[in-house]
Amino acid sequence: MSYFSFLSEHGPTMLFGTVTTIKVLICSTILYVIISLIFGLMRLSKNPIIQGTATAYIEFFRGTSLLVQLFWFYYVLPFFGITLEAFTAGVVAIGMNFGAYGAEIVRGGVLAVPKGQWEGAFALNFTPAKRMRKIIIPQIFPIILPPAANLTVELLKATALVALVTVVDLTFEAKQINSITWLSAQCFGTALLIYYIISRFFLVPFLRWLEVLAARKVGKEKI
Amino acid sequence: MNAEWRWDFAIEILPQMLWATLNTILAAGIGYAIAAVVGLLFLLGQRTPIKIVNMVNREIVEFIRSTPLLIQLFFVYFVLPQFGITLSAWVCGMITIGLHFGTYLSEVYRGALEGVPKTQWEACRALNFSSFYTYRKIVLPQAFPIAIPGMGNYLVGIFKDTPLLSTIGVAELFHAATAVGGYHYRYLEPYTIVGLIFLTLSIPAAMWIRKIERNVNLAQGKIKKEQL
Repeated sequence: MSYFSFLSEHGPTMLFGTVTTIKVLICSTILYVIISLIFGLMRLSKNPIIQGTATAYIEFFRGTSLLVQLFWFYYVLPFFGITLEAFTAGVVAIGMNFGAYGAEIVRGGVLAVPKGQWEGAFALNFTPAKRMRKIIIPQIFPIILPPAANLTVELLKATALVALVTVVDLTFEAKQINSITWLSAQCFGTALLIYYIISRFFLVPFLRWLEVLAARKVGKEKI
Repeated sequence: MNAEWRWDFAIEILPQMLWATLNTILAAGIGYAIAAVVGLLFLLGQRTPIKIVNMVNREIVEFIRSTPLLIQLFFVYFVLPQFGITLSAWVCGMITIGLHFGTYLSEVYRGALEGVPKTQWEACRALNFSSFYTYRKIVLPQAFPIAIPGMGNYLVGIFKDTPLLSTIGVAELFHAATAVGGYHYRYLEPYTIVGLIFLTLSIPAAMWIRKIERNVNLAQGKIKKEQL
C-alpha cells in the first residue's frame, strides 16, 4: 500500500485526532498559565502558610512523573467519589503538572524585575497590590516568555500522554490504526510529522510573536 | 470498590514495587549513559565546520525535540521489526530515551562550551596550543562545572520519564503498579505508592543537584559565601 493511499484512507481519522490534541493543548495551556501565575506569586508571599502551600504544591508536582499523576487523576480519584472524564483528567493533570514548572518561572521573573522599579513604586506610595498589578506584573512578561515558550512546547509533547487514559487524540488514533493495519512506519511516522508541524510552524511562531509583543509593550524592541 | 486506604494491601504489594523500582533506576541510569554519549555526537555534528552537516544535525535535533517521546517509543518499537531488526522492549526503550534526551544534553554541552570566556580560546590560540590540547587542558575543565546543573536536571528528567517505558512493556515501577492494580482491581494503593516512591527519590536528587550547583558557583566565584 503506497503512502498516499494510506493517507487518503486514514488521513481523516488522524486529522480528527489532531483536533483533539489541539483542544487538549489549548485547554491545558490556559490552565497552566493561570496556575503558574497564582502559585508563582504565592511562592513569593511573606506569609509562611501561603508560601508553604505553594512550595509543597510545586515540589509535589515536579517530584512525581506526569504519567503517574495522570493515572492517579483518572483511576484513583473515582475511589474518592470524584469521577473525571478522560479529557478533563488529562487537561487537569497536564495543567497542574506544568503549572508547577511555570510557577518557578514566574517566581524567577518577578525576582528579575530591576530593584529600582520596586523602589520607585514604593517611593510613589503605591499599595503593594497596586505595585504588583501596575508596575511589576506587566514587566515580567518579556522575562518569563522565552522560558515559558520552551515549557509550552514541552506541553505539546506531553499531550500525547492523554492517549493512555483513553482520550481519542492523535496518538490514540495512530495506535488504533497501527493495531488494525500494522503499517507502523506510516501511522507513527505521520503522527510524528503532525506533531512536528504543529510545533514548528504554528506553536513556536505564535510564541515568538507573543515575545515580540511583550517586549514592545514595555518599550524594549526585540527583533 | 471503597475509598478506604488498606494498609495490609499496601504492605503486601510494597516488596514487589520496591523490586520494580530497581528496574526503574537501572533504566534511568542506562538511558542517561546513552544520552550523555549521544549528546556528545550531536554536539560534534553541531561544531564541525562543514555547513551541510550542521544543517542536517540541527534539523534532526529540532525534530526529535519537538515530537513526543511516547510516539518515538512506539515508532522504534513497532517499525524496526518491519525492517527485520527485532529488539527487546528494554533495548528499544533505552535507545529512544538515549536519542531523545541526547538532543537536550547536546544543548547543555553547547551552553557550557559557550560559557567558557572567549578570551580563554584566544589565549590558547595565541600560545599556539593544538585544538586537542586546548580542549583537554583549558576548555573542558572550565566547561564541565557549568554543565553539571543541566546534566543533573536531565538525569532527574529521564528518571521521571521512565514510566513511559511501561507502554511498550518494560517491567519497571509503573508497569508493576498497573499489573498489580489490574490483578487485584485496586488502583488506589499501587499508583499512590508509585507517586510516593518517585517523590522520595527525586526530591533528594533535586536538592543534591541544587547543592552541587551552589558549590560550583562558589568555586567559580560567581557568588560569594556571604550571599548564602
